[in-house]
Amino acid sequence: MLQIFHQINVDWLGKRRFFIGISIVLMLAGMGTAFYRHKFHPNGTEAFNLGVDFKGGTVITVRFKQPPPADTLRAAINQAGIKDAVIQPVLDKKGMFLVKVPHQGFEESEKGESQAGVDAARSKIIQSLNTFGAEVDPNAKTLEDDPKAAYKIEGTEAVGQVASKQLRNQAIAVTIAALIGMLLFIAFRFEWTYGAAAVIAVFHTVLVTLGLFSIFQIEINLTVIAALLTLVGFDVNDSIVIFDRIRENRKLYRRMNLYDVTNLSINQTLSRTVITSGLVFLSVVALVLLGGETLRPFSLALLMGIIFGTYDTIAVAGPIMVWWEKKIAAANKLSATDARETNLKPPRSTTRGERSRDGVGKPSQAA
Amino acid sequence: MKKRNLLQRSIIIAVITLVGLYIVIGPHGRRPHARDFTPSGIKENLAQNIHLGLDLKGGSHLVMRVKVEEYLKRLTEDSAIAAQNFAREAGFDVKETHAETTSGNYRVVLQVGDPSKTKEIRDLVEPKVDLRETSGWTFSASGNTLTWTLSSSAQRTLADAATEQALKIIETRINAVGVTEPTLQRHGGQNSHEILLQMPGIQDPEHVKKLLVGQSHLELVHVISTPAPAPVQTYASEAEAIASLNSGGKIPANRRVLPYTERPELAGQNANANPNAQATKKWVVVESPAIIDGAQLRSATANQSRAGADEYEIDFALKDAGSKKFGEWTGANINEYMGVMLDNEVKSIAFIKGQIFDQGQITGRFSKQSADDLALTLRSGALPAPLEYQEERTVGPSLGADSIRSGVRASLLGLTLVVLFMLIYYRGSGINAVIALLLNMILMLAGLIIFGATLTLPGIAGIILTIGMAVDSNVLIFERIREEIRSGKTIPSAVEQGFGHAFVTIIDTHVTTIVSSLFLYAFGAGPIRGFAVTLVLGLLVNLFSAVYVSRTIFIWLLSRKGKRVESLSI
Repeated sequence: MLQIFHQINVDWLGKRRFFIGISIVLMLAGMGTAFYRHKFHPNGTEAFNLGVDFKGGTVITVRFKQPPPADTLRAAINQAGIKDAVIQPVLDKKGMFLVKVPHQGFEESEKGESQAGVDAARSKIIQSLNTFGAEVDPNAKTLEDDPKAAYKIEGTEAVGQVASKQLRNQAIAVTIAALIGMLLFIAFRFEWTYGAAAVIAVFHTVLVTLGLFSIFQIEINLTVIAALLTLVGFDVNDSIVIFDRIRENRKLYRRMNLYDVTNLSINQTLSRTVITSGLVFLSVVALVLLGGETLRPFSLALLMGIIFGTYDTIAVAGPIMVWWEKKIAAANKLSATDARETNLKPPRSTTRGERSRDGVGKPSQAA
Repeated sequence: MKKRNLLQRSIIIAVITLVGLYIVIGPHGRRPHARDFTPSGIKENLAQNIHLGLDLKGGSHLVMRVKVEEYLKRLTEDSAIAAQNFAREAGFDVKETHAETTSGNYRVVLQVGDPSKTKEIRDLVEPKVDLRETSGWTFSASGNTLTWTLSSSAQRTLADAATEQALKIIETRINAVGVTEPTLQRHGGQNSHEILLQMPGIQDPEHVKKLLVGQSHLELVHVISTPAPAPVQTYASEAEAIASLNSGGKIPANRRVLPYTERPELAGQNANANPNAQATKKWVVVESPAIIDGAQLRSATANQSRAGADEYEIDFALKDAGSKKFGEWTGANINEYMGVMLDNEVKSIAFIKGQIFDQGQITGRFSKQSADDLALTLRSGALPAPLEYQEERTVGPSLGADSIRSGVRASLLGLTLVVLFMLIYYRGSGINAVIALLLNMILMLAGLIIFGATLTLPGIAGIILTIGMAVDSNVLIFERIREEIRSGKTIPSAVEQGFGHAFVTIIDTHVTTIVSSLFLYAFGAGPIRGFAVTLVLGLLVNLFSAVYVSRTIFIWLLSRKGKRVESLSI
């Protein structure tokens, strides 16, 4: 049979300093970049390249019959009084541009009411687009059906100040809520230390991914949040597969210490980890290649997340859990008068054994 | 025993598969058709059964916010003026009135000459202006200052009612323009005062957008001026108008200074017809409160104006109560000037030739379109507060079709790669995984259809991730079986043990993801919810397809080979 790994015996935990070192460097690089950009704005960048969803503003997708050069387009929009417009040609669609305009602030309208809504930018963009020819007739089905038209607005996305703030807060709340939900569930099924380790590992992945988004200035929008949440799910999955195996092995090899059990469990599940991650990676690569421009930030977030998620399950979650359990064991040993327990088996192992038996049931009956 | 078990399992699987297939590609709510199961019929049914989100089929998604703070502000200001007028009419000495409407506080403040009359003033004013405690106003007095403060719970109730009212008005307007299958609902939390409108198939929402925010707050007002035949008193600037009031630069509560513009509505489309249509903005002083307002309107229609073929005006008629009040006022004010005020701008001014009861006109050189829209919004009633657009997402049908195409293409490529790998790596058992995957896809779509969920772009992403999770279950099981075989177990017991051990892990991973998806659903909006729904459905289905179905296939394989199974293609 085809096999990726056969009888491997790697001391993963022995390399924990190296792994955690890499993680910390990656995290610091990303967060450092974000902080640097936040503080000094090199080339006018912000900590994160937030999309209209979170920053407010307008994105108009426009398609021209005869596409003008991006610079001409930018000049025309500048002329209409809009500063800092970003013109981005859509690579896989001929003649299509994304015109991104940041929120235009509070404009005093004729009646002296402040216009905090989203309409000010749009009308100005249309006004400047009209210098290239007429907009398509609303009754014509496609741009080509209207011989007089020069361009067609294929899509508009505009988000006002209030809504963008709501969306931003919501995104943060959702991510944290998902993490807490997982922490609670893992704590319920395993131990608090396991849950904490898995959640710290996943949080680390999220930070590294966000850091990369800051370094490469990839746009962060609502779908990126969906991607982050997905990789939170995948990452915790990986951790659970290993934890499950640890739980099982602890019952099987009662004399083995936690350090060895964890190494053994990581090794035993390694082929599964690699195959699954590899397959998901393949699907995500398909998404990056064929998913189109709209899904690009989403697929890139997933791609990075899969890579670091797989890495941190082995390199971060395991070591943190073992370290934590050791601390608990050491603390208990100090307080215990009887110091017979020389291995790292935590004193609470009896209760854990009972709970596992009650909570899980006999696995062979389950399916 | 084993045989019966196998039969039972096969029947359950067959039934679920067929039902799922029928749900996905069968005709729904319609009479079955002979054509239904030809390739084109299946395609048509599929398109009918799956609800696509606006981002995929094209359409417009608008979120508007009701500016409830303006509503509360106007309410407070109106109450202040009314309180002053009632108190003065009854002969009390009221020095000054104003409304405080800053930073979330809404107060009516009355300065009275004689503080000992406080109780009498309260007893008079509170029932008439509805500044009662039961309506949420708290009274306090210090010296000659009487203050009514609107409690924050009353603010919430009023703001909520204003949002509901705005929702109803928007609904009438939407129905009147004839948008097909609109979705209109409150958006966000109870305190966000937002309204979501989705209009499938609308590519250019500009017209509808304008129509919806049209406040159409109509008032008939008394313009302060020397009576006719002297021309109506107008001012060149706002400052000049305020100066004419001789009140030290402040506008007293019973006066308003408003712009008065004869706007060249036609200039945009028909500039030649009105070469001199350059608007000159003037200002007038009007009396507050108004004679009557738009709530008294019985009907409003757009008609061609007598003045020119391309000009339109709006004729309106008043309800009984309004026309009585209007008749009294016009009867008593012959030769005075009256203005038609729309959204804080005086549209037209005329002097009263004789007593008028229930008819009126708004002239203002409207184009046919704008006159029709205005009449429509006047009929639907005035919005309680201005609206502002907070979100607009409009996707043209071609952009949506592109997204579907790339999403489907990416899913297919991903699926193909996964299938190829499974077949090469796990050989015979790979087929097992492929069957489970395909079944998962079918049943997930069926689930989406049963729950009437909408498939959006993030939803497609959720499907791709489900593929990942589904494959993971198979990998977990197969790796475990291989391990058991390696450790020297017989094939049947290796399969049994492999499923048993893997099942615990699968349950743990699935429940964790479902738990976090539920959080996503609870706290997330639109796109994130769509994602959560497909993911949860996919995972639930997966427990059936990757575990139950896959196991049944193994049982069948083993039972076919008889008692002594020597090898397994895995």
